[in-house]
Amino acid sequence: MSCSRRDLLKNTMKGVVAATLPLSALKILSPAQVKASVGDSNVRWVFLVDIQKCVGCGFCVKACKIENEVPYDVGVTRTWVERYVVTKDHKTHIDTPMGGRDGYTTSKIHGEEIDPDTITKAFFVPKLCNHCKKPACVQVCPVGATYQTKDGVVLVDRSWCIGCGYCIMACPFGARFFHPIYKVAEKCTFCYHRITKGMKTACVQACPFGARQIGNLKDENDPVAKTIMTKRVGILKDEYGTQPQVYYIGLDERVR
Amino acid sequence: MKNHVLRPLFVVIAGVALLLVVRHFIVPDDFGVEEGGSFTFNYHRLSSNDDWKNFKVKYRGMEYCQECHEEKVEEILASPHSVIQCENCHGPAVDHPEDPEVLSIETSRLLCRRCHAFLPYPQSNRADMPAINPEEHNPSENCVECHNPHNPDLENM
Repeated sequence: MSCSRRDLLKNTMKGVVAATLPLSALKILSPAQVKASVGDSNVRWVFLVDIQKCVGCGFCVKACKIENEVPYDVGVTRTWVERYVVTKDHKTHIDTPMGGRDGYTTSKIHGEEIDPDTITKAFFVPKLCNHCKKPACVQVCPVGATYQTKDGVVLVDRSWCIGCGYCIMACPFGARFFHPIYKVAEKCTFCYHRITKGMKTACVQACPFGARQIGNLKDENDPVAKTIMTKRVGILKDEYGTQPQVYYIGLDERVR
Repeated sequence: MKNHVLRPLFVVIAGVALLLVVRHFIVPDDFGVEEGGSFTFNYHRLSSNDDWKNFKVKYRGMEYCQECHEEKVEEILASPHSVIQCENCHGPAVDHPEDPEVLSIETSRLLCRRCHAFLPYPQSNRADMPAINPEEHNPSENCVECHNPHNPDLENM
């Protein structure tokens, strides 16, 4: 192999330039990243639940099922309320009969009466789809039937869903289920038909105690955004990395 | 190239072509990514957004009821039940008064028990509710026979 002095110098220069070029200069930004960095959409719907305020009346579940035409007497629901009763022996008793649709009207849990003197704490936790920033359910959909809108809501296209159920398995929160009538994946839509008209979601409106709130995280004057930004709030299952957008005030470590 | 190599190659090419043609006709025209959306999370049938936006609203809220039932709304707003939406007991208004013409009111004990059945949870806000033991407090009577839900204060009984 022969190499002239001219070639050697040329190649050395090329090598030096290539080695000094920072990696970031070669990174290709997607249009989405560019848009996001300059602030394109000015709405990001988020939900705030105050656990202390919930009394377990279940009006939210009832309103949601009727508003969104989820079969009323079938044990599936887009939002539900769980009851946690912690006793002195460090056991946690959890139940959610019919998703809490009819409220909590008896102190029996799974047919078992718990001695009030042994209860150390008890509370109700409303749950719903977390409308994650990085939704695992959307990533696994093989046909593009579930997606995230630009204002952050995760929806299912009923006419395009093939009902394979991958998304139901992928959701770490168990927020999805199979719709018994349409035979497609079904989930909370943050009442997309209401919030896009300036109304509150059916569950937020039905809650007499203000335990549920919906707001726009990108609006700095929004009371929900203010609370999330300035107060101590928690999220469920942070370890899955899906970045849930339902925030909780007064979350307990026993809540999963 | 030899014939026995080319023939299966043609079959594969024809298969791929057929797939693309079928796909072209089956996939809706408006499938894609919204402006500024990411392919990872936003690839979908764009008109699906409108399908969900056009979903029927059923719970209209207290302000809607107030348009006609001014007195009733004022009455309940002055009572301890002011935080409860009309439709929680009266059912969703939908297109009332056209459709349905009459709303069916839920007056059962079960409705009241949602909040007022005693539960031994002093740590939760449930403890703030005026509560009864449903098995001891007139178990055969409907609550509304004694208590006015629009003004449940006992002095007004």
